[in-house]
Amino acid sequence: MAKVLMKGNEAVGAAAIKAGCKYFFGYPITPSSEIPEYMSKALPEAGGVFLQAESEVAAINMVYGAGGAGARCMTASSSPGISLKQEGITYAAGAEVPCVIVNMMRGGPGLGSIQPGQADYYQSTRGGGNGDYRTLCYAPASIQEIVDYVILAFDKADYYRNPVLIAADGMIGQMMEAVEFKESAHTDLPPKDWATVGTGGKRKPNIINSVYLEAETLQAHNKNLENKFKMMEEKEVLYEAFGLEDAEVVLVAYGTTSRIVKTAIKQAEKKGIKVGMVRPITIWPFPYDVFKTIGSSAKGVLAVEMSQGQIMDDVKIAVEGRQPVYFNGTQGGMVPTPASILADIEKIAGGTK
Amino acid sequence: MLDKRLVIVIGHYGSGKTEFSVNYAVKMKEIFENVNIADLDIVNPYFRSREKRDFFEKIGIKVFDSSIKNTAVDIPALPAQLMGVILNPNEKSVLDVGGDPVGARVLARYSEQIKNVEYDMFFVINGNRPETNTAEGALKYLRMIEATSRLKVTGLINNTHMLKDTSAADVEFGHELTKKVSWETDIPIRYEAVIKETAEKIKNEEILEKLFPINLYMREEWMS
Repeated sequence: MAKVLMKGNEAVGAAAIKAGCKYFFGYPITPSSEIPEYMSKALPEAGGVFLQAESEVAAINMVYGAGGAGARCMTASSSPGISLKQEGITYAAGAEVPCVIVNMMRGGPGLGSIQPGQADYYQSTRGGGNGDYRTLCYAPASIQEIVDYVILAFDKADYYRNPVLIAADGMIGQMMEAVEFKESAHTDLPPKDWATVGTGGKRKPNIINSVYLEAETLQAHNKNLENKFKMMEEKEVLYEAFGLEDAEVVLVAYGTTSRIVKTAIKQAEKKGIKVGMVRPITIWPFPYDVFKTIGSSAKGVLAVEMSQGQIMDDVKIAVEGRQPVYFNGTQGGMVPTPASILADIEKIAGGTK
Repeated sequence: MLDKRLVIVIGHYGSGKTEFSVNYAVKMKEIFENVNIADLDIVNPYFRSREKRDFFEKIGIKVFDSSIKNTAVDIPALPAQLMGVILNPNEKSVLDVGGDPVGARVLARYSEQIKNVEYDMFFVINGNRPETNTAEGALKYLRMIEATSRLKVTGLINNTHMLKDTSAADVEFGHELTKKVSWETDIPIRYEAVIKETAEKIKNEEILEKLFPINLYMREEWMS
């Protein structure tokens, strides 16, 4: 298919439909409102159902129901709306219900602002709901990437029987870029013989539930979940990295911020500073191992994020004290500038910081 | 100058109305002393012309936007001065309207006044947007927006692009598409908006005749 121009939020909807999503439940919120808007028109045309729920809590529980019945389904929101969905997400993880949840992150905490943010990193990577659970989380940096990873997210959700998150900043939702929709390579997915689709009088009822009242039973269930999360850590890490071996400064950033960082890197290279970069594409699981390939010439690792520095916990775990770590952040919906990042790169390279 | 004093820019959302409006206002400032741009976008929360207020004010263009002075709210509030922008015969004014019929709804409130002044309403077409990549698709939006705004489109703008990667072939494709819309509606093509880098590569005489080279004021350096 030829390239077309799409707004990020529209592209999320188109990608989900391409991936076979048949049900969308949501409640509009800036800067992700074009997702339900697009789905309300396009999903019925594709033989699916769009339902505007009465609240975010209702929407995620509708997803729980549809996912439990084996359907490919999605909900989308922005930061405060995603907070409301946390109970539903931990229930889906506990009951092993596959689903895709898109977060177009905005300023926080609380109602915050409608401008782009990345301060839901903890919530996305540590789990905002209760209990021992993990969710694969993709952090796309372009409209093409959000298309590709939304499509992949549906496969991964089915494969692991687990919710999958897309954490993009509002800029990705609102920005217009060229995209193409490639045929998705469905991995060999197991049949959904666990789904609640009626017994036909031939088997015992399937039950979708996250309650296990016996301690031993719950522990055994949790061990099974843990094995899945370990498999994700082993197999699902995605990142882009370059120039780590001989870098003077290594940058870490994801999403829109990574593109601003790349602009700053080009400017730094013109000044003769060697800069490497790690761009996590999955923020959970985080690409810890690639940090081991940073060479001895590195004077520091600088992370950039639209937050107070939530990504720093993972950067510190990854760096293991080998290099000093620094942070450059903006908050409240402010977007970092190449100039401020370049200034930090120069400070670190010059050893003055 | 063929265009009327009041120029209203409408279209399907994501067609590039704001980028065209901004470039158009800058061009008008070269010819006219008093130029206004009014940002009537009540649909988009980001990338609105009001974000470029400092740039406009530096070159002497007056900016009118929401009566709530904050770029970060999406409350559909319009300034009282807008009536002056529409009616003042001594000022050249550009109305940058939000996308789709829903964005054009703000115009309906002023349609009785607008009908009494000389105006142009330009319909911006981007043939690389999935909803307007056929003449039928573009016509559907043109008709819906006319119905909502209660105003008539007077000119077509071919703004077919792929952002910074726009090729001459993209522009040619859009030109043929816009011609079909023009044939169906009897509305003339007014401009062929093309980024400067690509404009240099255009050979088609029909396009060159109405070429309107533009800068990408709204795209940050790191954007594609």
